Amino acid sequence: MSPKTMLDKVWDRHVVHQAPGEPAILYIDMHFVHEVTSAQAFDGLRLHGRRVRRPDRTVATMDHNVPTWERSRPSTDAIAVKQMEALARNCDEFGVTLYDLHSPRQGIVHIIGPELGLTQPGMTIVCGDSHTSTHGAFGSLAFGIGTSEVEHVLATQCLRQMKPKSMEVRVEGSLPHGITAKDLILSIIGRIGVDGATGFVIEYAGEAVRALSMEGRMTVCNMSIEAGARAGMVAPDETTFGYVEGRPHAPKGEAFARAVEDWRSLPSDPGARFDRVERLEANDLAPHVTWGTNPGMVAPVSGRVPDPGDMPSEHEKRAAQRALEYMALSPGTAIQDIGVDRVFIGSCTNARIEDLRAAAQVVQGRRVHPHVYAMVVPGSMAVKRQAELEGLDRIFRDAGFDWREAGCSMCLGMNPDVLQPGERCASTSNRNFEGRQGKLGRTHLVSPPMAAAAAVMGHFVDIRDWSDQP
Amino acid sequence: MNPFTSHTGLVAPLDRVNVDTDQIIPKQFLKRIERTGFGQFLFNDWRFEPDGQPNPGFELNDDRYRAASILLTGRNFGCGSSREHAVWALHDYGIRVILAPSFADIFYANSLGNGLLPVSLPEDQIRELLHRTERQSGYRLTVDLEQQSVSDDHGFHTRFEIDPFHRYRLLNGLDDIGLTLQHEDAIAEYERQTAEAMP
Repeated sequence: MSPKTMLDKVWDRHVVHQAPGEPAILYIDMHFVHEVTSAQAFDGLRLHGRRVRRPDRTVATMDHNVPTWERSRPSTDAIAVKQMEALARNCDEFGVTLYDLHSPRQGIVHIIGPELGLTQPGMTIVCGDSHTSTHGAFGSLAFGIGTSEVEHVLATQCLRQMKPKSMEVRVEGSLPHGITAKDLILSIIGRIGVDGATGFVIEYAGEAVRALSMEGRMTVCNMSIEAGARAGMVAPDETTFGYVEGRPHAPKGEAFARAVEDWRSLPSDPGARFDRVERLEANDLAPHVTWGTNPGMVAPVSGRVPDPGDMPSEHEKRAAQRALEYMALSPGTAIQDIGVDRVFIGSCTNARIEDLRAAAQVVQGRRVHPHVYAMVVPGSMAVKRQAELEGLDRIFRDAGFDWREAGCSMCLGMNPDVLQPGERCASTSNRNFEGRQGKLGRTHLVSPPMAAAAAVMGHFVDIRDWSDQP
Repeated sequence: MNPFTSHTGLVAPLDRVNVDTDQIIPKQFLKRIERTGFGQFLFNDWRFEPDGQPNPGFELNDDRYRAASILLTGRNFGCGSSREHAVWALHDYGIRVILAPSFADIFYANSLGNGLLPVSLPEDQIRELLHRTERQSGYRLTVDLEQQSVSDDHGFHTRFEIDPFHRYRLLNGLDDIGLTLQHEDAIAEYERQTAEAMP
């Protein structure tokens, strides 16, 4: 038998039906649902008199438009409330488990899935959200879908899918001190471009990837979509099994041992062929900061804002000109001379406990710059509790950060947390599109330590030079 | 879904690459729980000035393109967020076909599911069509899904590729869920086998 990639293996296990020349009917093991992309799907079910086929494999939460102020204070957005109420009603009617605003398990859908042990190696996982790629960190095949497909999965527990192509991104060496998974993925996107992996599933491999924690792997897989990839995957190993074991929905005892045995068969076979291979060296990686209006417009912190005139094509030149105009930046400006008004530490990319620890270490004993408003939005209520247990909230509050409740918050600004026109933000989120964090807001994507340091200094700094002593 | 066989319409140029779904429909308009009424918000932040007046510099506000039903644009159209609202907004506005060198995966699937036809053409052909749109006022194209062709009345004619299954579905306006449910036995059998393997 010819050697298989991990994608081949997970794919093959889930094919329910394959007619020649047609998309496969692929079985979906886990379907995550949130308030913004599901209402029309449930309506569709009602319209056709259909039920949710597997409520036991469907889990819902509220994250996109929830306010992050104290839970006792209601949302002031009547339309958002209507959307949350619709989700609650739909979950009740169709028998779907919901972690609502007042649940201790509420949080960003891509943070609670892994946290609860719902995300496991070898699974197929979908959600009406593009950052579903996060879950691929466990060696699952996880991707975002639209609302019509959400309805399709609710009704059939399957999806019609063409098999994507495979790409291996192999990162050799080890990440230098101060360089995070975020810098790694930003550099990969900068290199292959925002459509560099369209039609592909990326498998991240190599020494530097193996050395990442599950949190780091999730950050990398999370942003696979920003390179256009259908999904990102990392082969499961002891790090993965250690993370999954003991979580509420993970298999227990003998069943866990059997599951691990099975999961060990998932990694790509030696000699497996990928449709495309990219290789990177981790050793000389620098902290990265985006300067433009997509995640591929990125530079090392020691660098400068590029000159659109130096771009290789007419299209890129015009896109860069447009981006610099929107971002109010001049070519040649040193990245470290860019000042910020706001700092956002949060999102499904970087709001897990490890991210908050890394940011807290940077701000400990320091103060947020007087011209900066900075906030930390934990990715889930469980992350928030853990952070408070470790005293991280005190470190942030003492430094002048706002400490919030869990949600997507200013990553996409569907709730009251938005940038004002012209405000410039250092953000640990995943998209620096025009208006993403608020109309005419300007977003620079960075790692949590880089965001924390920018909050203190009021401009970007090279975290490699940061002293542990204030 | 209404069948899509052939469409002839006015072409609007949007000569930008990597147009993301946050631009197609900004997040403040995603809170509606219906599928309808999103057209008024299409490209909101590009189409309207902060005071709500139309931005005269934006292509779709140009009198020549106001009635367009075919959008001609750059590569990687529809990247970013999975929001199907982007497709609903385009369709509700009156767009029936998008011509681009490439599309983001999720956007492409969402379009097919809503009878909005995404057509990939090589970069040089998109360039040529942009020139023609620029030079001739009221420039129209016919996009024929049956023939898999794009043509005008002035000698432009090309074929495009589309997966046969997607083509069949669009031509017949078939409900995807209904098609999959024809395989109910296979799904039930799959569930039975996997439950046995991993109790």
